[in-house]
Amino acid sequence: MSGIDPLFGIHAQALQLQRQRMELIAGNLANADTPGFKARDLDFRQVLAATQAGADLQRTHAQHLSTASDGLSGDPLNGPQYRLPVQPSVDGNTVDVQIEQAQFADAALRYQAGLGFIDSRMKSLMSALTGQ
Amino acid sequence: MSSFRIFDIAGSALSAQSVRLNTVASNLANADSVSGNPDEVYKARMPVFKAVTAPGDGPAASVQVLGVVESQAAPQQRYEPGHPMADADGYVYAPGVNVVEEMVNMISAARSYQSSVEVMNTAKDLALRTLTLGK
Repeated sequence: MSGIDPLFGIHAQALQLQRQRMELIAGNLANADTPGFKARDLDFRQVLAATQAGADLQRTHAQHLSTASDGLSGDPLNGPQYRLPVQPSVDGNTVDVQIEQAQFADAALRYQAGLGFIDSRMKSLMSALTGQ
Repeated sequence: MSSFRIFDIAGSALSAQSVRLNTVASNLANADSVSGNPDEVYKARMPVFKAVTAPGDGPAASVQVLGVVESQAAPQQRYEPGHPMADADGYVYAPGVNVVEEMVNMISAARSYQSSVEVMNTAKDLALRTLTLGK
């Protein structure tokens, strides 16, 4: 259960992941003309697996800090990976603007989907609370 | 605020690309600025971009203009003895600005600017939707 919210499930973390992806892809697009820049992205499947596995140590005392990652940053295992260039350019830049734009749209859409899930969950919780 | 970092990144791209557009405009405007002295002739300018990652700000990189360098292209020597700027041998020197190259640079800068504006718009829409969650 570590790191997975009991109310909103995995969607809160999925939102964070998609936001990080959008930041990375915005950085890739910003550096589309920077010589030697290597495009990077996060692997959703890998991060999902790591989150579900929830590498949390067993705590023997209530005051012990949890090792479960609350976000996605700072974990070298889940760090961003370099994109394999389809058409490498002479100046060493591996940003393919079309791929990045497509991936950005993908991340934005998934973010919206996550928002939709959380929103409907909130609505159903509210109707359960108010009983109307 | 980490959720607004995407605006910093896209904003850095906008400013870098506008510097690039400015240098293109300067180069095109001065493509015919001749001089009687090859050392004084206008030299094409171009910005140097660098990816920067702020410490503690995650892996996403914004772009920074390191500086504007002058082109090393040799000035074009033209024999125009009637020109008021001509030197003692009747030569004037035009800047080595490659107009085609500058136009290509302009298109590339404009496209990059556009895609960063799109990124910003999308990020803004998503941020607004996030703010209205549960309403």
